[in-house]
Amino acid sequence: METVYQYIIVFITAIFVNNVVLSQILGICPFLGVSKKINTALGMAGAVAFVLVLATLVTYLLQYYVLNPCGLAYMQTIAFILVIAALVQMVEIILKKVSPALYQALGVFLPLITTNCAVLGVAILVIQKEFSLMMGIWYALSTALGFGLALVIFAGIREQLQMVAIPKGMQGMSIALVTAGLLAMAFMGFSGVDNGLKMFLGI
Amino acid sequence: MNNFKVLMNGIIRENPTFVLLLGMCPTLGTTSSAMNGMSMGLATTFVLVCSNVVISLLKNLIPDMVRIPAFIVVIASFVTALQMCMQAFVPDIYSTLGLFIPLIVVNCIILGRAEAFASKNGVMPSFFDGLGMGLGFTIALTLLGAVREILGTGKIFGCELWPVDYGMLMFVLAPGAFIVLAYLIAIVNKLKKA
Repeated sequence: METVYQYIIVFITAIFVNNVVLSQILGICPFLGVSKKINTALGMAGAVAFVLVLATLVTYLLQYYVLNPCGLAYMQTIAFILVIAALVQMVEIILKKVSPALYQALGVFLPLITTNCAVLGVAILVIQKEFSLMMGIWYALSTALGFGLALVIFAGIREQLQMVAIPKGMQGMSIALVTAGLLAMAFMGFSGVDNGLKMFLGI
Repeated sequence: MNNFKVLMNGIIRENPTFVLLLGMCPTLGTTSSAMNGMSMGLATTFVLVCSNVVISLLKNLIPDMVRIPAFIVVIASFVTALQMCMQAFVPDIYSTLGLFIPLIVVNCIILGRAEAFASKNGVMPSFFDGLGMGLGFTIALTLLGAVREILGTGKIFGCELWPVDYGMLMFVLAPGAFIVLAYLIAIVNKLKKA
């Protein structure tokens, strides 16, 4: 069984040490695409967190109660992507009906999430790392928070960048990528924190 | 002649990485060396060509309402086949690329070409479009991987140019990916204007 300490370590590791965007390089498209304003970045982060946790729950159950018992583990990729695509559609329809306010806030971002590789990536990683269901969902939530953190910081920097004179060739995507690189370098400062924490907590 | 134009269009004029800026995750995530970049590019090319051909064959059978899920199923099937082949024949490359092999499914280039080209054109042009886009992607990834490998470890395709001690490790890690791609895109922008 996992102890509380292990939950703490997974939490810190997923947000800071192995940040999904800046260290594992997943979900770059929304990271670069919807990071021009902090408000839209927050909306995207919320939508991703919502879908990521739900998708991890569903794909975990699918893997352990349908695919594995039937000997269909090799169908993982096809099954997962279909489930995620269907799930996103369903969430969109339900949100529209149940909570129009939330749909207003997240609606635009939902269709984009199907092709967000962080969602499929985390669903597969949870299976590969052989987490328990609770731990898997906790990992998905922590990863989503890490994604949100990186996205909001990046959007904040890009808002400031608009007021700066940038050399012609570097405008647009180039300067955004350099910024992301520097941000990734800053996050590299956290590497090793997980091992230190493990020693500190005595695991 | 027309097919040749389609092919070159994917490689140069609409290069998926440098011009269209699609498929950024594998571009940044798998290019820690020239070899890794090239393997990822070729794997993506395989899926792109196969899915383009099959989708252009099926384009009249797939109802418009469900075309995106149908495209995803076709793409995911080829990715699964590729995954099994790579696991069997090139296990080393398979384990290096790891998670990014199943993630070819969500590569926007493939779905993008299926939607924008293969679902509207015949089999032969779709084949060449897939090949052109795939090769353009492969060239971009190999270039990015080569630059990172030279700066990071002083090697290219594993051949030593100068001792590892002079390499800057940062370029092999995540920040290097962002920064090298940023400058390559800046150079391409400059060349495009000239």
